[in-house]
This record gives sequence, structure tokens and C-alpha cells, in this order.
Amino acid sequence: MAVKQISVFLENKSGRLLDVTRSLGEIGSNIRALCVADTSEFGVVRLIVDDPDKAHDGLKAKGFTVKETSVIAVEVDDRPGGLAEVMKPLVEQEMNIEYLYCFLEKAADNAIVIIRVEEAEQGVGALKAAGFRVIPAEELYAM
Amino acid sequence: MDRAQLSELQLTRLKDTVKRCEEMVPFYRMRLREREISWKDIKSLDDIEKLPFTTKDDLRENYPFGMFAVPTRDIVRIHASSGTTGIPTVVGYTRRDIDVWAELVARCLSACNADSSDIIQVAYGYGLFTGGLGLHYGVEKMGASVIPISGGNTKRQIRMMADLGATVLCCTPSYALFMAETAQEMDIDFKELKLKSGVFGAEPWSDRMRDKIERLLNLSAFDIYGLSEVMGPGVSIECEYKNGLHIFEDAFIAETIDPGTQKKTAVGEQGELVFTTINKHGMPLIRYRTRDITTLSDDACPCGRTHVRMQRVRGRSDDMLIIRGVNVFPSQIETVLMQIEGISPHYQIIVEREAGLDMLEVQVEVSEEMFSDRIRGLEEWQEVIQAEIESYLGIGAKVMLMEPRSIARSEGKAVRVIDNRDI
Repeated sequence: MAVKQISVFLENKSGRLLDVTRSLGEIGSNIRALCVADTSEFGVVRLIVDDPDKAHDGLKAKGFTVKETSVIAVEVDDRPGGLAEVMKPLVEQEMNIEYLYCFLEKAADNAIVIIRVEEAEQGVGALKAAGFRVIPAEELYAM
Repeated sequence: MDRAQLSELQLTRLKDTVKRCEEMVPFYRMRLREREISWKDIKSLDDIEKLPFTTKDDLRENYPFGMFAVPTRDIVRIHASSGTTGIPTVVGYTRRDIDVWAELVARCLSACNADSSDIIQVAYGYGLFTGGLGLHYGVEKMGASVIPISGGNTKRQIRMMADLGATVLCCTPSYALFMAETAQEMDIDFKELKLKSGVFGAEPWSDRMRDKIERLLNLSAFDIYGLSEVMGPGVSIECEYKNGLHIFEDAFIAETIDPGTQKKTAVGEQGELVFTTINKHGMPLIRYRTRDITTLSDDACPCGRTHVRMQRVRGRSDDMLIIRGVNVFPSQIETVLMQIEGISPHYQIIVEREAGLDMLEVQVEVSEEMFSDRIRGLEEWQEVIQAEIESYLGIGAKVMLMEPRSIARSEGKAVRVIDNRDI
């Protein structure tokens, strides 16, 4: 039930994020969600796209350092405390959340967050057991 | 000493040195035999050209004590410098050698306008590096007071310098500039200190840098030259005219050669500096190739010294870098990188000088194996590479992760080093 995330290494110089997004356009990949993490020396852009394998191979062919990682997409109630509730079952099972970011969804009642834990499938299990809706890969890519 | 007397002394000492090498060092016995030459064949100083060269590789192959010409029980001191493959170059001194060295350094200090009434702060590193102890023994020999503060801890250095009224400072020129910056931060004005001379060496520097140091530290800056293989600091020194460094020819025979053809170049022509030690018992060297490029001059110097002068060293015939006084070969960094599994073979070394201090940056391309979506994972790689370089070379480096193919490829020999230092 985990979904595939693409991450790309970015050197610390201007225009690199533009290069990645432009390349995705050329490959014909549609970005569903994006999150950039950076230090003063380099950055990593993490992406959810409509066809992760195509984006992975396409970016690699264009010379980027790319990696596929399994992450969880889960629905969060759009109200105060909603996000905390989602994190609770993971933390209870001592799963360390490496990072999370929001998924862009048009006109919906609930938000979707992307969560990165060490063992994605285990996280999916924990969230499902706690009654959350984990978004299946195909549904997410098509959103 | 006039030149005729000096030549006579050099010839006697050269014969003695070659004899010792032939009798005591199997490496030299073999090399001399290959050339069918013996110490007995040396009739004039020109015969030195018949003798074989010695290189750093030879020293490494005879690691650790193979080049010693005395039993180790006669060695009283060992120094070492880093080598290209991780095997250090080890040098040994007899009690007599230490005395000779101290005497030469004392002469250097005297050329730098110091005498027994001076308080001399030695801020070269103490330890295996010859800088600290080399200067230290020279100061004591001259009878001046030595402050053996070693390198680092800059604020304390400056505080001590001010409080104890040091009159002479010995350190690398880049460290002198760094001290100037630090003093500014501490609101200490060098004009109020008692420093009159600076004895700076262990790395190349220019006259422009000298002007800057003299202005900022309010002293007269002298260039001192030496290398551990040949002795350490004190092989040559500038006099008050600062028109080249006088080589102590009673202890060393200096030649310059064309690094390609290995033929001797004439006095006044640029070449690679080659030394034969003629007053050293522990580890005498015959025609040691320093890789330093310079020009010799035997014009009379207004100071009255008859010893030949070498121009300040500005280049190398190999790719060695001197960073904060430490010898670094790009191949050493390559060795470190190749030992770390998963690392890309593409790297580049950038050397900058910031606030007078040399900074080493190593750029490494991120391989697929190294790459992680977690920032922490990438930072761990940086830390591992940094720690390996530090433990291997003894100097800190900033590690930058780069995108694949971002480091320029070249056909044939890759450009591994970009030296942006304005020296």
C-alpha cells in the first residue's frame, strides 16, 4: 500500500530546481506533490508524480541522481489536531518519522500528507489499524 | 669564508658523505655500484654530477630506517612528514646533527636581526613536523629566550606575545596573517607590541604577502626555507637585503636541474632544486630532488655573506600542495576517497585562502549508492569523508557533495586541483 516517491539530488547552485521541473515536463511527468529539503551546501527534492518509474528513468537518463523510496500517503481530517492524530499510531509503535509534507489535492474536504518512515509497509499497517484511510498508489498517482 | 676555502671544505665533506653512504647505506651502495662510481672517484666538486639522484620515492621504499647511515642507537631524534601513499617520510638525527641544525637555525635568526637578548615565540607546530623543534633548538643555541607555544590557540598566542613582550615571531606566513585578523578582533594593536622580526616559512608566499604581513604585524618579515628530508627549517634564510635566501653551503651543496632531462642547469637559470647534505651523519642524502622550482644566484650580496642565494620558491615540479604548512598530494586525497566504499571516483580539490588561512575543499560527486532522500543520510557521507581525510592527512577539509558530471571531465589527466590562493 506504500507509494513511490522520487528524490533528486540538487547541488547548491541557482536554477537546479528549475532544471528538475523542466526535465519532468519534457519527460511528460505530472508533479502531484513536491517538497524541497536543503542545507547550506546541497538540497534534495522529493516528488510524488503520476508515473514514478517513468520519472525515475527519465531523470536518470538526463543525468540526475535519482532514487525511489516507499512512503505513505494518508488522509488527514481537515481540522485542528488532525495531523497529530495521524502521527500518534506511528509514534506509539516507535516508528521514527523522517519527514512529512502535504499532498496537493484540488477541492477536497480532507488533506493528504506524505509520511516517510523507515518501514513504509509497517507504517501503513499501523495507520490502517488505527482507522485511517491510506491512499493506494494507483489512486494517488491519478489524483 | 671565501669561495675557494668553501669549495675545499665542500669537497672534503662531499667525499666524506659519499663514503659514509657507500659504506653504511645498502641503497646507496647499490646505486653507486650501478653507476660504477665510488667516493674514491670524487676529485672535484664537478664530479657531483656523476652521482645518482635521491627521490622521495626512494625514502619511502626504504621506510622506516633504510636510509640511516648510523645504527639506530646513535639516532637521538626522529621526525616525519606525510607521504603520497600514506607511508610517512622518516628522518633521523644524531646528537651531532641536532647540534649542526641548531647552529644553522641560530645563524638564520641572527640574519633576521635577532640576538641572545631576544624573546622568540615559536608558533610552528611542535611534534613530528620539524618546524617547532627545529626553531626551538636554534633559539636556545643562540641563547635567546624561547616561548615554545606551538601552533593554534591564537588568542592565547597573541595575549602571551603582548604580555611577555616577544620580539621575534616564528610561524607560517598564513598563520601570521590569521594572527593579525585575530588581534583586530581582540582590539590589540601590533604597533603596541615589541615584535621586530618575523621568521616565516614552511609554505610558499609572495612579496605582496610580505608587505601585508609587515604592515599588519609591524615587523620585518624574513623567509626561511627548509625541508625535513634535508634537515628541516634553516637550510636557507633571507638576510636584511631580502634579495634571495642564502643557502648554508658549508652544510649543503645546492644544484638546480631540469626536472625533465635531469641535466644540471646553470647558475642563474631556473630549475628544480637539488641538495646534497654534507654535514649530516644520521641520514645523509645525495642529490635529493626537492621538487621546488627556483633559481640560484652567486652574485655578491651587499650583506657580505658569500653563500649562494636561491630565489623564493614559487612553484613545484610535482603537484604537491602546501596547506597550512602541511604537504598534501592530490593522490593522498584520492587514496582516502577510494578507500570509502560506494564513493564516486570523480572529485576535485579546491584550495582557497580565507582571512589568511588556507582552506581545503574536496568536492565529491554523489553516486547512486551515496544518495538518500534523507538529508541526514547525505550529511553522514560528508562527515565520513571529512573524518577520513582528517585522520589521514592531519588537516581538516570541507566536503561538498556535487551532482554527477558536474565536475569537469578532461581527456587524459583530469584537473584535480584548483588553487585559488593569491600567494
